[in-house]
Amino acid sequence: MRTTSLAGGGMLIGFNLFQACKPKVALEPVVDFSNLDFKDFNAFIKIAENGVVTIFSPNPEIGQGVKTSMPMIIAEELEVSWDKVHVVQAKLDTQNFTRQVAGGSQSIRKGWDALRRTGATAKQMLVNAAAQRWNVAPESCTVKEGVITNASGETLGYGQVVNEAAQLDIPEEVVLKDPKDFSIIGTEAVNVDIDEIVTGKPLFGLDYKKEGMVYAAVVRPPAFGQQLAAFDAEKAKAMPGVIDVITIGEKARKIIEAQPRVGNFLSTSDKVVVIAKTTWQALKAKAAIAAEWDDPSILENSEDHDRILKELLDEGKFENMRKDGDVERAFADTDLILERTYEAPFLPHNCLEPMNFYADITADKVHLAGPIQTPQWKAGLVAEMLERPIESISMEMTRQGGGFGRRLFGDFVLEAAEISDKIGKPVKLVYSREDDMSTGVYRMPLQYRIKAGVKDGKVVAYHLKEAAINSNMYDLIPNFFPAGAVENYQVDTAVYKSNITTGAWRAPYTNFLAYAEQSFFDELAEAMDVDKVQLRIDLLKNVDAEADERIEYSPERMIKVIETAVEKSGWGTQPDDVYQGFVNYYCHNSHIAEVADVVIENGEPIIKKITCVVDCGIVVNPSGARNQVEGGIIDGIGHAMYGNLSFEAGKPMASNFDRFRLIRMKEAPEIETHFIQNGLAPTGLGEPALPPAAGAVANALKAATGQRIYQQPFTKNPELLKPKAQQLIG
Amino acid sequence: MATYDLKVNGIRQTVDVSEDTPLLWVLRDHLDLVGTKYGCGIGQCGACTVHIDGNAMRSCSLTLAQVEGKSITTIEGLSENGAHPVQQAWKAVDVPQCGYCQAGQIMTAAAFLERNPNPSASEIKNAMHGNICRCATYQRIYQAVEMAAENKSTSELN
Repeated sequence: MRTTSLAGGGMLIGFNLFQACKPKVALEPVVDFSNLDFKDFNAFIKIAENGVVTIFSPNPEIGQGVKTSMPMIIAEELEVSWDKVHVVQAKLDTQNFTRQVAGGSQSIRKGWDALRRTGATAKQMLVNAAAQRWNVAPESCTVKEGVITNASGETLGYGQVVNEAAQLDIPEEVVLKDPKDFSIIGTEAVNVDIDEIVTGKPLFGLDYKKEGMVYAAVVRPPAFGQQLAAFDAEKAKAMPGVIDVITIGEKARKIIEAQPRVGNFLSTSDKVVVIAKTTWQALKAKAAIAAEWDDPSILENSEDHDRILKELLDEGKFENMRKDGDVERAFADTDLILERTYEAPFLPHNCLEPMNFYADITADKVHLAGPIQTPQWKAGLVAEMLERPIESISMEMTRQGGGFGRRLFGDFVLEAAEISDKIGKPVKLVYSREDDMSTGVYRMPLQYRIKAGVKDGKVVAYHLKEAAINSNMYDLIPNFFPAGAVENYQVDTAVYKSNITTGAWRAPYTNFLAYAEQSFFDELAEAMDVDKVQLRIDLLKNVDAEADERIEYSPERMIKVIETAVEKSGWGTQPDDVYQGFVNYYCHNSHIAEVADVVIENGEPIIKKITCVVDCGIVVNPSGARNQVEGGIIDGIGHAMYGNLSFEAGKPMASNFDRFRLIRMKEAPEIETHFIQNGLAPTGLGEPALPPAAGAVANALKAATGQRIYQQPFTKNPELLKPKAQQLIG
Repeated sequence: MATYDLKVNGIRQTVDVSEDTPLLWVLRDHLDLVGTKYGCGIGQCGACTVHIDGNAMRSCSLTLAQVEGKSITTIEGLSENGAHPVQQAWKAVDVPQCGYCQAGQIMTAAAFLERNPNPSASEIKNAMHGNICRCATYQRIYQAVEMAAENKSTSELN
């Protein structure tokens, strides 16, 4: 941590988030900022002599709301009025920030303590400066909304003491506020970019423009695994606005050779790049390129994947991920065995802002800007790929038109850098929607087979088998519920390697596993002839989370959300024509229960409402938090109902929204959200509401139609979505 | 290439582009009006919605020949400083997550309410069904349209 007096007056307090103090770093050049002669050195807080407070938001904003909620935490402890705070998106700055990542729903959870300390430390220094001027003890002063008051009632604003505060020692220990005194955290804050969003100001990557910038559109292999054989660009070169047609790929192959995992999301093929004066000219000329491709040994088909994954489940060699007791022995001595298999297809992310990135690579510097969830990782890869020192790279994060995991990968950043390096001009790489959907890093197809054994009315064995394309569930998942609840418990996985690129998609693996498991529990309760909610509570009561340190979820917190959901949803007390489905789930450190209400209208089951109870600890911004829950649930339902990307001969069968169905207004149910108030530190919220939603709907549809659904998307089997015959008569 | 005279947000603009250039890209790349967004390019998502003589239309699917001589309004020209009742409602409800689709949503809603100031719930849902929000802020979009309709009729009564 450090402080600096500013040339134009005022103080800039630099805090090194998440780390111990580091030596001073060089100041960057003076920039014009709100007409104040500030020096911009990428720390957290700027306070000007006129009292203006600027807070830098460190993490990428992809719609999860951290650009609002992270600064709120600082402002709370700084004791300033939230409506006077000016929020600015920080650039990538590895000196001052760590984990500038949007992923895993971890920004608030991992930033919580450091953000509070940042605000509290600044406040203490400002108070110390005022106390020194008054010659009183700092403890005798109080602070409210950026104004310090002493025992005699004299006041000083933060702006009046910033210059003195900057000269003081930085306190090592600070007192954090008692959460019951929070006046910003827990209040409804509107998105900090709301004015710009509703008036159409430039905010997003596609809106980013620089002098001399040209546009690039890329011809990539139409089928996964193909390599460029030959191309003819004569026609494209003659088209209006086309500056050049080049190829890239050499540097991509180099970085893949050095770091093979980059090959999981970046093709090794040469690619043809059209450079043009405008986006339209680039996209149009790209379509005029005639390219020939060499096929790989396998051009993959979804039909084969379905069969291969099933074979893996039937006879595959599994890797074990967790094993408690002996499931096989337990299955041999049971009264009841239930085994079911659940299947999911590929899904594209479909961020509404297609992939794009800006790169300006000159002899001595590399400037990158755009929508990216992992700026540090990408800056490092570009440095390595171009053999540049990391210090020569600057990375700006724009607001991002959705992320959902797609912008974790940043294949487009590497492409933009290779293009700019080759043409020696600032360039904006743009994807068409078709490029975006057909050259994705998709959610992989998954199949889960679950087997449970019951003896004397008790679940004694539970065996979860996963068959996945390219990669298996992450290590924490086998320790989620019902781990610890069943004596004999086993999780196994088997993977088929495909040349279709796959990766994280909002709530990886659990986005499908939660539906499979929660459908299974529902069916298991029916088979056992026990109450569906009570079965879950009974299982949770078996868990001794203290005795098994691998178990992350809290059975007590889970039971609390379940009981609250029962109450809030009117579970078991609804009229006969409201069909309900119940689920509970833990992921991204949060506990959730959801209840879906399905009714029959005009002979069709309609998802009317979802009641959701969330324990994510302290809710920083209730408006933003509810928005995440509402969006996550509808996103989960939409993809479970309609989402399907199939492949034939290595090519996806949909490349735009005419063939890939996303959920729309009329299909979106009402969402009612309740947060558990427990004063505990915040946990994740960008993802956790999504995974359980499909299970809640599937269980409610079972109640409405009498049919279990084992495949996503649900609309793949329309006969399962018909109401029971007597409902149609009624 | 051809020259077109356009009237965008009340200002006359002359552009020289090839005949097939969609209005969307003229707005974004030639006139620097980037509030109108590119989402799909085939009229499926509504992110590029603008008003042509007051009608909500997809600028990705309009050529300049189709809009020459007509009044084109983009999100930047909907109001002074975001004062339109629909924009105000969007703020009051805190609709956006990523925000990318919202200009198109607002333009669709504004044209709809102009035509139907007292819509029913199903009329609102029908009107907004053509605009995709990938973050799925549909519940808030609905609430904001409803609020804008109520505020509008209140202000008209006053």
